[in-house]
Amino acid sequence: MSTRAGGGPEVSTDRSTTVPGGVRGVGGAGRAAPGGSSRGADARAWAGAPWRERELGSLPVVGALVVLALVFQAFNSNFLSSDNLVNLTLQSATTGVITLGVVLVLLVGQIDLSVGAVSGLAAAVVAVGFVQEGWPLWAAVLAAVALGAAVGAGYGWLFTRLGVPSFVITLAGLLVCVGLQVRVLGATGSINLPYESWLVRFSQQVFLAPATAYALAALVAVGYGVTRWTGRRRRLAAELSAPGLVSIAVRTGLLAAALLLVTWYLNQNRGIGAMFAFFLLLVGMTDLLLRRTRWGRSVRAVGSNVVSARRAGYAVRRVYMSCFMACTALAALGGVLSAGRLAAANQGTGGSDTNLTAIAAAVIGGTSLFGGRGSAWSAVLGAFVIHSISSGLTLLNLDASIRYIVTGVVLALAVTIDALSRRRATAVR
Amino acid sequence: MSTQARGGLTGPHDLGDGLGAAGGDEPVISLRGVSHSYGAVRALVDVDLDVHAREVVAVVGDNGAGKSTLVNVMSGVLVPDAGEVVVEGRETQLRSPGVARQLGIATVFQDLALCEDLDVVENLFLGQELRRGPLLDEVAMEREAWRLLSQLAARVPSVRVPVGDLSGGQRQAVAIARALLGEPRVLVLDEPTAALGVTQTAEVLRLVERVRDRGYGVVLVSHTMPDVQAVADRVVVLRRGRLNGDFDADRTSYEEIIAAITGASPARRPRRQEDA
Ligand SMILES: Nc1ncnc2c1ncn2[C@@H]1O[C@H](COP(=O)(O)OP(=O)(O)O)[C@@H](O)[C@H]1O
Ligand SMILES: [Mg+2]
Repeated sequence: MSTRAGGGPEVSTDRSTTVPGGVRGVGGAGRAAPGGSSRGADARAWAGAPWRERELGSLPVVGALVVLALVFQAFNSNFLSSDNLVNLTLQSATTGVITLGVVLVLLVGQIDLSVGAVSGLAAAVVAVGFVQEGWPLWAAVLAAVALGAAVGAGYGWLFTRLGVPSFVITLAGLLVCVGLQVRVLGATGSINLPYESWLVRFSQQVFLAPATAYALAALVAVGYGVTRWTGRRRRLAAELSAPGLVSIAVRTGLLAAALLLVTWYLNQNRGIGAMFAFFLLLVGMTDLLLRRTRWGRSVRAVGSNVVSARRAGYAVRRVYMSCFMACTALAALGGVLSAGRLAAANQGTGGSDTNLTAIAAAVIGGTSLFGGRGSAWSAVLGAFVIHSISSGLTLLNLDASIRYIVTGVVLALAVTIDALSRRRATAVR
Repeated sequence: MSTQARGGLTGPHDLGDGLGAAGGDEPVISLRGVSHSYGAVRALVDVDLDVHAREVVAVVGDNGAGKSTLVNVMSGVLVPDAGEVVVEGRETQLRSPGVARQLGIATVFQDLALCEDLDVVENLFLGQELRRGPLLDEVAMEREAWRLLSQLAARVPSVRVPVGDLSGGQRQAVAIARALLGEPRVLVLDEPTAALGVTQTAEVLRLVERVRDRGYGVVLVSHTMPDVQAVADRVVVLRRGRLNGDFDADRTSYEEIIAAITGASPARRPRRQEDA
């Protein structure tokens, strides 16, 4: 074995050191070859194109949001009031946390139909643990989220070891969790959380101080600009096409203006809720993991083509497992937050439309049902769309029946766009 | 280990600068007496195959002749009942795909094993991403992707376009570039043009020539004779699992090869062994 290993280039190890070596080995000869000029031409042609065309993927949703806002505003001028928008951000946060998990599961081409039930169970665990059993609140929250992750581990095990389709496993899980939720809540079926507990305050009453909010908005914009700028320098040093300084400055400026404007507008009312800021932080971190780490790459690869991913050497089972677990853990966290927001957990928590709303939001936000394509930010966009519809229709004094129908139509539209773009991609070749 | 790995890495390119000192007519990789049976079916019987640097060896044969079995053996997917591989004068066995790759044999299977939703760079580095700390080093990977693709003069609209949006020929180019990323000695291609139209077939064949011209040995499995005649330096004929001829492509007519495939002519002795 040892003699053989010395005979050929090592493939799997030392990647980061061997490849630069290879570049140097080729040296000028490789660069001056015809390929060198073709790269230049491609780079030039590409320079005019958007930085990353895939970012346009969320454009339809953003368009839909603008249209919704304009329509609802036309019918009721309260829709775009800062008071209503603050409510919207808070509503979106609880759904959005659950949706974020659904995005992960959809990315690997699977589904979790039990997120609502898991969130309800987690809410019940927090309430019972904290109020009835007298656990410290942090312990109750931790227990609820850990229980959620354990449920996901069960799904992952059944899926990767026994090959049971995920929609069946999670449908079974839904029933089990609903049953457990009722049992945990016990006879009363409803438990109130004290208003002065930090969970309730965090989810309802804590808002960022205006100065903090502005500082954070500015920090995000500056961080974006700096990242783009250092990225540009590295790309130029590597002789790659890079966005122009003007374009970076304009984008950073626009982002800063938008963030500060939104912050200012929300600050007219209560401001940016702590829970909403927490939600955005979760999304930002998930986005970073998905786009810039090996794990994120493996998630998209598995969702795109499992066979290829396995051949490429990814630990496919672990990837599935991590997504199922992250999904149910986030669902549990969403349930905990909604218990805080309502200052109560009851048999209805996580019931009725929570499940469907959270799953629909992921698809509406632009994550493909077919796996491999999507973004953490679709949780934010999708949750905004869903809650805009519900808030707008409520302002118009239209009841839940209309809300269900409209949401259903929007979901159908989103899935259609998804399926069509999928077909186009496979039809081109 | 690491110095040797680097030596292997630049090897083919050194050859490209004018046949290196090692040069000569030594095969980079030889299969010796490879036999394999599936139950009663003898898919390969005592097959020898030499692959030299800077040469395209076409493996042709009728359906069921054993071509795919040979590809699987070379890629380490299938461990043959008998036979070994000689790499740099050492006899070894291809016991797994990992070992095959370590010994410098890279295989592009017919299904290419790409992820359609991922872009070109992401596919090239699938499972072997470059990192900078905990994060992926997109810049290094993109630079390396351009280098590889420009070596092959592969025309890809952008390295940031999903592979699903590329043509069949372009996907083949991505799959080949990915195989070359491990700096192999020999590239094995299983029916690379089977699913392609005329233009894209020509594109892939040009690609094969370029890979050869960069100093790699190429094993091209095909049953399309025009493709074989266009790029092959040597044509090896398999018939019912046995070698039935090893021809110099320039000095052999279409009819002779067809005859060897169908079994109408007696086996000719290989050119290489005449030289020896
Ligand atoms: N997995 C297998 N199990 C049993 N027989 C097989 C298997 N794969 C190939 N064979 C047989 O081995 C012979 C060679 O097959 P193959 O290598 O696929 O030929 P080719 O690729 O040249 O068409 C054929 O007779 C085929 O039926
Ligand atoms: Mg075959």
